[in-house]
Amino acid sequence: MASNVLSAAASASPSTSPVTDLLKGKGRLGSGNVGSLFIKDKGNPFLNSKSCGRISMAVAVNVSRFEAITMAPPDPILGVSEAFKADNDEKKLNLGVGAYRTEELQPYVLDVVKKAENLMLERGENKEYLPIEGLAAFNKVTAELLFGADSPVISEQRVATVQGLSGTGSLRLAAVLIERYFPGAKVLISSPTWGNHKNIFNDARVPWSEYRYYDPKTVGLDFEGMIEDIKAAPEGSFILLHGCAHNPTGIDPTPEQWEKIADVIQEKNHIPFFDVAYQGFASGSLDQDAASVRLFAARGMEIFVAQSYSKNLGLYSERIGAINVVCSSTDTAARVKSQLKRIARPMYSNPPIHGARIVANVVGDPALFDEWKAEMEMMAGRIKGVRQKLYDSLTSKDKSGKDWSFILKQIGMFSFTGLNKNQSDNMTNKWHVYMTKDGRISLAGLNLAKCEYLADAIIDSYHNVS
Amino acid sequence: MWRLQLIRKPWRCFSTSAGVPRWFDSVGPAAKDPIQAVTEAFNSDPFPQKINLGLGAYRDEQGKPLVLQCVQQAEEKIRGCNLLDSVSASVASSALVEECIKLVYGRNVNVVKEKRFAGVPALSGTGACRLFAEFQRNFFPESAIYLPDPTWTNHHNIWANAHVPVRTFHYYHPHLRGLDFAALIDDVKNAPDGSFFLLHPCAHNPTGIDLTEDQWSEISNLFKMKNHFPFFDMAYQGLATGDVDKDASSIRIFLEDGHLIGCAQSFTKTMGLFGHRTGCLSLLCADRDQAVQVKSQLQQIAGAMYGSPPVHGIVLLSTILGDQALKSMWFKEVKAMASRIQSMRAKLRERLELTGSSLNWEHITKQVGMFWFSGLTPEQVDRLAKEFHVYMTPDGRMSMAGVTTSNVRYLANAVHEVTKCS
Repeated sequence: MASNVLSAAASASPSTSPVTDLLKGKGRLGSGNVGSLFIKDKGNPFLNSKSCGRISMAVAVNVSRFEAITMAPPDPILGVSEAFKADNDEKKLNLGVGAYRTEELQPYVLDVVKKAENLMLERGENKEYLPIEGLAAFNKVTAELLFGADSPVISEQRVATVQGLSGTGSLRLAAVLIERYFPGAKVLISSPTWGNHKNIFNDARVPWSEYRYYDPKTVGLDFEGMIEDIKAAPEGSFILLHGCAHNPTGIDPTPEQWEKIADVIQEKNHIPFFDVAYQGFASGSLDQDAASVRLFAARGMEIFVAQSYSKNLGLYSERIGAINVVCSSTDTAARVKSQLKRIARPMYSNPPIHGARIVANVVGDPALFDEWKAEMEMMAGRIKGVRQKLYDSLTSKDKSGKDWSFILKQIGMFSFTGLNKNQSDNMTNKWHVYMTKDGRISLAGLNLAKCEYLADAIIDSYHNVS
Repeated sequence: MWRLQLIRKPWRCFSTSAGVPRWFDSVGPAAKDPIQAVTEAFNSDPFPQKINLGLGAYRDEQGKPLVLQCVQQAEEKIRGCNLLDSVSASVASSALVEECIKLVYGRNVNVVKEKRFAGVPALSGTGACRLFAEFQRNFFPESAIYLPDPTWTNHHNIWANAHVPVRTFHYYHPHLRGLDFAALIDDVKNAPDGSFFLLHPCAHNPTGIDLTEDQWSEISNLFKMKNHFPFFDMAYQGLATGDVDKDASSIRIFLEDGHLIGCAQSFTKTMGLFGHRTGCLSLLCADRDQAVQVKSQLQQIAGAMYGSPPVHGIVLLSTILGDQALKSMWFKEVKAMASRIQSMRAKLRERLELTGSSLNWEHITKQVGMFWFSGLTPEQVDRLAKEFHVYMTPDGRMSMAGVTTSNVRYLANAVHEVTKCS
């Protein structure tokens, strides 16, 4: 079906006109260079009839002012997919992009999404503008999903929720709010973190610095370093935290560690800023994956939380998410929401409707919601399954006694293998395994059938390449 | 502007006695968006004959939003499509951009054949303008944007939020209720060489007053001499005269004169795709290589703002524009919308003249596009809302799309009532 659409989109019926004939050399004019330039500029059939008496410029306007513009750096993650595409080896494996694939390594449209879309099509709903803050039904269910429907922040109406364009768009709205109302405040991001975080804060002119997170020695969390760096930050900094399934490492704090993180944030009067892109996708349970956010909310803290439905509902391309700001009072939440709207209006006026309707339909309908939970458990389950198989393959094949258990301890779509850049290059060059240079693999792109092959590749790269 | 509203208090948190930090004490309530405020006021009015002429959204003869047939058919066509992976989404985006370029510049022009355009799908007109404003800020940091006075209110916010200084140029002559062309030319001449200008190619919002082709030619030549950058915000292609090519004639004059044009395109009103946020930003470039580079920069800006626009709208729009039958259907439908608006203009003028009003109502039918810039004062606008339950923006701009044969008489009488002593 997709190819039908695209071929329809690409086809164009050729229009014929005397001008076209001229250009094809069928007319009398257009033989000399200057003449054909002149004719080319008159290529528009409509203008031909109106432009007698006007003097047409035969040469292009002054030197383009875009001369100095250079190529933007390629996106490292998309670059991986492109390189993968260009590789003809049949053993190739794409572990680059964090997009869920089935066991057959195909993209997956959730059944509940198909059902929701059919319902929407049958209802024939119009496509009027949403209000600036987005679809009310969506905003309601998304906040309840995150905080729990019975949370005091919901019943006390202390959350300002505004629909955003997936995680990116929601983060950007928050970043502009920070720049505007907390001038000079810094955002602390984990080292490492999702690559686009710094782009978002840079473009919003919000200063940022890093806190220690990944410990390459243990392939685990550098908890002490993290706490130290959060403590050392100037009072009132924003601390960007991954709610669950840390990207790119897959390493999450334990519940006890979350308590300590909350302690030090409160101590230093920092503002916690959660990026929740994998709710339900990490453990398979929506509530469990929201535990960190709920812990902070239960302490009465004021919090920023960006949400995305790209992964857990497979709605990557529809750009649906939300920014939530938990405030100390209903009135404050109303004011903050009004300011978020003021930020959205000159960015895109109002958010897109399609993804919001899908989420509202899925989460708002008990039957569809249950189905969604089941599908999510299935997706998370498949990831856990490949983690297990990869671990088993590694431990059985690797005779060095290296501890590969971090594969099982990590959670979510990604795994930080601990491979360095050279080793990662070896994975690609020798084994046709595509991944990012920081050693991150996307388990969503792995299936049971390829675990043994991948284990061989990892063992070889780890031991034989430095 | 928002800068004036920013409360510059130190933002140290003030703890309550319960130890809960209160960060947002200094965050005041934002002023309501003027156009949204009208809709809200209208929605909360219980009067049965109320009329909403605030939002520029098409309504049919029954006053209902219209889902175009071409859109319905396109929805059916793409039903069940796998719109998921980034590769097919990117192919759909390129297909859309090419169709948008052809629509505004013409199918056979060289910029299309030689692929000398940098284009990305955008979040409707607002998103396209914002991308351009950010691009302008990044690569031309000393530049300002010249906006017509008046213009769509959100233009000011967009460039201000992108931290690009805003200047205005003369456009509307309040006494003549027409174009102040001489002053416009002066402003273009007096602006520093290489300035950036935002132009409405047709159906100027809010005035409905458009330039003639000769006037456009004159501006184009002047732009050449001053090396100004023309940025067109095309939101009504097809809705102004009913003819998509005619509505693009100003842009095509500039194209023919060799300008490298920037263009924001929106399909929200012309295709009724409001909620999908579909549009396009394109910049014409010197050559194909430059087009690739400029496009990469636009994608980078978008990447840090929202990633990419939603694919549903992109595929829907490129399906309609890329399919001969659907596109022809759209041409007919947009012409029908334009015709209905034009006939409402004629009816309103006729009705007003029949009230015995001594005022000149010519401008109702002289203006082009969705809006009637009535010249009513804020007080008269207020009276229309409070006494007659007729809603419009405070500048006196009325969306003719909200006028129907069943409410036009009521509207005419209301307007007469508030203007008769003036």
